[in-house]
Amino acid sequence: MRAIQDFFSRTLAYWQAAPMALVFGFFFLLPLAATAMVSFWEYTEYSIEPAFVLTNYSDAFDGCISSLPDLCTTFRTYLSTLFFCGGTWLLTLIIGFTVAWFLAFHVRTMTMQIVLFTLCTIPFWTSNVIRMISWIPLLGRNGLMNQLLLSLGIVSQPQEWLLYSDFSVLLAFVHLYTFFMVVPIFNSMMRIDRALIEAAYDAGASGWQTLWNVVVPLTKPGITIGSIFVITIVMGDFVTIGIMGGQQIASVGKVIQTEISFLQFPAAAANAVILLISVLLIIVGLTRLVDIRKEL
Amino acid sequence: MSADNTKGSGKNSGGYSRRTILRGSAIFAGFAATAAVRGFPAVKAADATTLRYLGTAVNQSADIAKKVKEDLGITIEYVPVTTDEVTKRIITQPNSFDIVDSEYFSLKNLIPSGNLMGMDAKKIKYADKITSVFTTGTVNGKTIGDQGTAPKKVFYLEGQYSKKFASSPTEWITLIPTTYNADTLGIRPDLIKRPIEHWSELLNPEFKGKASILNIPSIGIMDAAMAIESAGIHKYADKGNMTKEEIDLTIKTLIEAKKAGQFRAFWSDFNESVNLMASGETVIQSMWSPAVTAVRSKGIPCTFQPLKEGYRAWASGFGLPKTLEGKKLDAAYDFVNWFLSGWAGAYLNRQGYYSAVLETAKEFMQPYEWAYWMEGKPAEQDIHAPDGSLLEKAGAVRDGGSYDTRMGAIACWNAVMDENAYMVRKWNEFIAA
Repeated sequence: MRAIQDFFSRTLAYWQAAPMALVFGFFFLLPLAATAMVSFWEYTEYSIEPAFVLTNYSDAFDGCISSLPDLCTTFRTYLSTLFFCGGTWLLTLIIGFTVAWFLAFHVRTMTMQIVLFTLCTIPFWTSNVIRMISWIPLLGRNGLMNQLLLSLGIVSQPQEWLLYSDFSVLLAFVHLYTFFMVVPIFNSMMRIDRALIEAAYDAGASGWQTLWNVVVPLTKPGITIGSIFVITIVMGDFVTIGIMGGQQIASVGKVIQTEISFLQFPAAAANAVILLISVLLIIVGLTRLVDIRKEL
Repeated sequence: MSADNTKGSGKNSGGYSRRTILRGSAIFAGFAATAAVRGFPAVKAADATTLRYLGTAVNQSADIAKKVKEDLGITIEYVPVTTDEVTKRIITQPNSFDIVDSEYFSLKNLIPSGNLMGMDAKKIKYADKITSVFTTGTVNGKTIGDQGTAPKKVFYLEGQYSKKFASSPTEWITLIPTTYNADTLGIRPDLIKRPIEHWSELLNPEFKGKASILNIPSIGIMDAAMAIESAGIHKYADKGNMTKEEIDLTIKTLIEAKKAGQFRAFWSDFNESVNLMASGETVIQSMWSPAVTAVRSKGIPCTFQPLKEGYRAWASGFGLPKTLEGKKLDAAYDFVNWFLSGWAGAYLNRQGYYSAVLETAKEFMQPYEWAYWMEGKPAEQDIHAPDGSLLEKAGAVRDGGSYDTRMGAIACWNAVMDENAYMVRKWNEFIAA
């Protein structure tokens, strides 16, 4: 009896972690392992056969070496995805940081903070797709923006780059995902001891110096977490790029979706693995810059 | 047309061979059935007279289900998914439905999987009345285009469970036709202001930044091929089964057009095509017949323009899973026979599709309706959709004219190519260019 009790108390932490570990194992690790396994299988239009072949990977990188210096489809797709990733990250960071800064340091009362914070969530009250589609009457060839520009005499022709372009995709991404940046940064900022800011002020630091030397270093974990949110979402996104880019802009997610709809599961799995590896590399890079565990 | 209204769900079947998936889904289906019985004993979900009807939402009308219930007492339980998802379900979960409405071009993948069985022509009352478009590939005695997966190529099986298509008529039919139609380009006549007669106009620089093409590779490439052939760039031996060189050429031409800014956007679902056309973002694009109707019902002029080179046709039909048996099998045959007996056919004809057995549908339509929809004559009275909404005022003529003219002008059929995997890869290259 004693021994059993001892056993349980020694392994208590494991038992406590077990439910989560099981859920994680079944619904995350197992499918992931299956995806990795299938990426080496062979396929026809109507079946997939266990095998160990590298053709799915070589197909994904078809012509990548031979067509240099021109970029192959995969490289070009990743380059375009990385461009949106970087652009969205930078813009959401600047806007998100500013909004969080304002909420944390300039809004005095808790009630007001809650009210304004809730205001930030308003875009999330409707679905993602509806939020994107509502840009179309605004930015389209005959949309409000073009009508305004034409009537003010700023332009003489409707501006076509407003919609179905890199611009519109970036705009939609920033609109959709800035909030994911605001929340963790705001959270970090609220934990900053106000005395530190006063001390910096007393020591004669200017506003910018306080920002750069006190606030930014202390909000690094928030920035990193927000960055991970934004980067992982944008890397895998194909709906936003599809709708706002008029389906003319490639994305890794769309390639995978097309392959799945043509029942080319192993090829899709291979592309998913490649995507996963590239996202992991980015995240490893980010966590190298900031040790989130230590900072939390 | 392969009408999808939703994005593909991107489901991955994970690390199992087809066999284990079959076994797994059988267990799952069995489990689901028992759960249904235990959970809701009053619901007739497990009753043999309930048919789970897998198909795209376009063909799944509540009116038809209601009428079947009245006439036969069979409950139709719709499982609406996208065209791609229909194929995926048949291959990965063949026990999740009792009857399927699939496109003929998918058969090239479905039949080798062995999950469907041939339907017994002897049990289909109107089997010999099915329009000659399917059985012999003719309209009114005239042979129509058979490039691509023409239904006549995949209409019969060598045996009930055969995985081979028969070259001459047999007793075993792969799919009993439900709907079919001929697709062409949709245009905005008010913005183009001149007659459009050829597919090549899709690539005409005059419409730079105002054209669009379908981003469903297997259909989009056929529309592109129609345009390329019409422009005199290349003559395809079979647009529905290109060689690798032909795929390269087609994609190269598309990439050049894309880089020159020809396309405003691509679309992949019904609503996108309606939005593009209705907002004036595009003035010429690949389109489906009901989408043209949808634009017109907003009061915006839009024409489903007949072109000299002809139409790209599609067709879908009922198939049965191999495992269907007993009462459910009888119910499925009853339902198919009912479907061909006229009421449903008239319903579909009034939506601008065509029905499999024309004679029976005619009995259920008013003479003026028949004259408008099938004979291409000016409407004597206002034309109403099955739901009662006004489609056309008296005096209007259907785009493309009569059944014989439209179906007689088919150039090619929606298809699955032998080089499909290569084509999909090249298509992704086009999108990325």
